[in-house]
Amino acid sequence: MKPSEDLVARLDADSAEWVAALTGTAAERSRGEARLHEHLLQVALRELRRRRATAPWLAGVELEDLAYQAAADAMLAILRKLETFRGESRFTTWAYKFAILEVSVKRGRHYWRLHPHVSLDAEAWELLPDRFGVDPGEHAQRAEMVRAVRDAVDQTLTDHQRRLFTAIVLEAMPPDAVAERLGTNRNAIYKSLYDARRKIRAYLVANGYLEREGTGRP
Amino acid sequence: MNHRERLDHFLATDPADVGCAEALEVLHVYVELIADGREAARAYPGVAAHLAACGPCGEDFEGLLAAVTQP
Repeated sequence: MKPSEDLVARLDADSAEWVAALTGTAAERSRGEARLHEHLLQVALRELRRRRATAPWLAGVELEDLAYQAAADAMLAILRKLETFRGESRFTTWAYKFAILEVSVKRGRHYWRLHPHVSLDAEAWELLPDRFGVDPGEHAQRAEMVRAVRDAVDQTLTDHQRRLFTAIVLEAMPPDAVAERLGTNRNAIYKSLYDARRKIRAYLVANGYLEREGTGRP
Repeated sequence: MNHRERLDHFLATDPADVGCAEALEVLHVYVELIADGREAARAYPGVAAHLAACGPCGEDFEGLLAAVTQP
């Protein structure tokens, strides 16, 4: 489908060229899609390599496979949504976003292939103090933190919120991996955890473990 | 920052936070403002609040910014 004249007039030259290539004749589209796929693959590969800093289990041939999968699915999403491109950014910035988001999805799925026996319900409370930097030798402070936060979780969270909090905070599972396992999405996970954080903090303030003032935000 | 402050920092929620769906919807616009040296956080304060609090969306933001700024 041809883009509107209004859209073409708004675009920078490079973006207009991309849109023309992806909405032209069959031969033009084929060449445009091949060129875009190459860009998406490079973006996905670089992003997966960049993320090895926080996910060292991403490596080798599997990393390349994930990049190809992310690029292919990003391409499908771009072609499906091409009509929604309004020129609010350069075309490549808009298109690369799909590759980056697909990398996140693929990494979430890949987590479970490498960690098939990890449980969402392990509740390893002994890990909580480490998550917030309590010295291993500070036994009283570690026990106090576990007691306070566990009480808050017991008293205020739903079963679903508790499951998310313990998996993501105690077990440090990637939220995208948790979303994949529960058949939901990142936004739903975030909103549930957002409410859980708010409730836990209110409980800890009410019970004197945290101060009322000071949000902790910079 | 001591351990209670770190816990408080993690638990604190910002009412301006727009959530993942809305932040990702405009992420390409937000990233381009940053890449062009403009004040993205002033234009999209709710997105800035979200990216500061959400690890996965923050990582997507960093990744897209790297993709459009690195040669």
